[in-house]
Amino acid sequence: MAAFRPLGEAVRANLNNGDVVAFEGFTHLIPHAAAHEAIRQRFTDLTLVRMTPDIIYDQMIGMGMARKLIFSYAGNPGVGLLRRFRDSVENGWPHSVELEEHSHAAMANAYEAGAAGLPCAIFRGYLGAELAKVNKNIKGITCPFTGEELAAVPALRPDVTFIHAQKADRKGNVLIEGITGIQKEAVLAAKRAVVTVEEKVGELDTHPNACVLPHWTLDAVCVVPGGAHPSYASGYYARDNAAYLDWDRIAADRDGFLAWMKTNVLGSSPKAFAGRVADLRGKA
Amino acid sequence: MIETGYTADEMMTVAASRALTSDDVCFVGIGAPSAACNIARLTHAPDITLIYESGTIGTAPDVLPLSIGDGELCDTALSTVSTPEMFRYWLQGGRITIGFLGAAQLDRFGNINTTVIGDYRKPATRLPGGGGAPEIASSSRQVYITMKQSTRGMVEKVDFITSFGHGEGGDHRQRLGVTTKGPALLITDLAIWKPHPDTKEFTVVSMHPGVTQADVQASCGWTVRFADTITTTPAPTELELTTFRDLKARTKAAHAGTKRTGEAV
Repeated sequence: MAAFRPLGEAVRANLNNGDVVAFEGFTHLIPHAAAHEAIRQRFTDLTLVRMTPDIIYDQMIGMGMARKLIFSYAGNPGVGLLRRFRDSVENGWPHSVELEEHSHAAMANAYEAGAAGLPCAIFRGYLGAELAKVNKNIKGITCPFTGEELAAVPALRPDVTFIHAQKADRKGNVLIEGITGIQKEAVLAAKRAVVTVEEKVGELDTHPNACVLPHWTLDAVCVVPGGAHPSYASGYYARDNAAYLDWDRIAADRDGFLAWMKTNVLGSSPKAFAGRVADLRGKA
Repeated sequence: MIETGYTADEMMTVAASRALTSDDVCFVGIGAPSAACNIARLTHAPDITLIYESGTIGTAPDVLPLSIGDGELCDTALSTVSTPEMFRYWLQGGRITIGFLGAAQLDRFGNINTTVIGDYRKPATRLPGGGGAPEIASSSRQVYITMKQSTRGMVEKVDFITSFGHGEGGDHRQRLGVTTKGPALLITDLAIWKPHPDTKEFTVVSMHPGVTQADVQASCGWTVRFADTITTTPAPTELELTTFRDLKARTKAAHAGTKRTGEAV
């Protein structure tokens, strides 16, 4: 049963050192506020799962919180490479992170298998691709009916998944609209789930096929307006493309990165997000 | 280069756009492929279906997206589906006629590396990785590739095969049980290349106006094979150039329109 809780409390109650955790969002609805709260609470030894680790995982890796990364595309979308991630992989700063690297198709199938309660996902993939040579969790399996050789990867079952969504009704049922990505699967695959939302409304006022997560699939719902910034929330505010471009400069050196984190994350709070999207409202 | 009134980048993108038709269902990579696909849609291929891996089907963006999941793509799409549905039903299900990819590193057989420069375990440069590309390369009915030529990018041997092209050439795809056609076209800023029917090695079939064979060779890391008959790529038309430049101007204005943030809270 979902309880409306302040974000700080929800993160403290649901995330532990050493957890396998997914902060999911496919460009849209990325849970930046939840990730920043996890950074403020200084969790360590995390296995970070995400198809498209971008700024938030760059920040967590740079802050030394990650033990392992399970991912399929580690870039700053439309801008370039992730500099803190690169510094960890290439130079071991602040420390090396174990990589379990997949393709998007594999990750999507693996989350779906997790949500479906299956031990693994089977799909047609990795044909000729060398990831299969460097990731022991990519295996082959023969179709018992046709003999076709297919790929198999373990199901993803995070200890906890964090996502951001548009709104929750008074009971805590959550509506996700627009590019829904992998969020529904990531929530249903996880042991615990926390959702930040733009607003709490009386009724969701939606249509029968909408992407709704019933309140009883969630552990906590937190109202954090602007909580996806600099990602966007369709119907609320636009993507802050300039912030993604800026991140490339901010993350370029270790001292600049740490100074930015101190000011904008460690010394900030979930309340700051509403102000960050003020100028982006009405553009979504 | 002779004075042409257009840039090599414009020639490349326009040439790539011409390879697409209204009947195509195209899985669009970000960057140069995205620009080419949208010029096609805005000129000679108005009914082309553009699909981005964020789940948007039949999208018609007014400005080029900065990322594959910009709101513009969803707002203008016929339908937006979840990520598993995108990769399972639409890509793996065989609905995509053309996967349009870029490449950090490419070899003569269309194998693409977007993972690492150097050794995987101790890379000189860690690149973003495959994303959707490994399965776009194997499940799309055919693959088009577009990239700017350089000896760093077009190499004798890629450091890592992120997305399989024709492997070692010949029938390597069939030997691995891959039933799709694979890389069928390469459009660079200097030339148009097609795989040799037997060896599958990319072969120059057309050079852009003013480009010489020496130019193509100088910016390519393998010994280039030229077709017996090489045509000259028609220069961009007024409509193609105007469409591309207007699209770029709209895109620039839109992306500058979002506020600058950073230190300010």
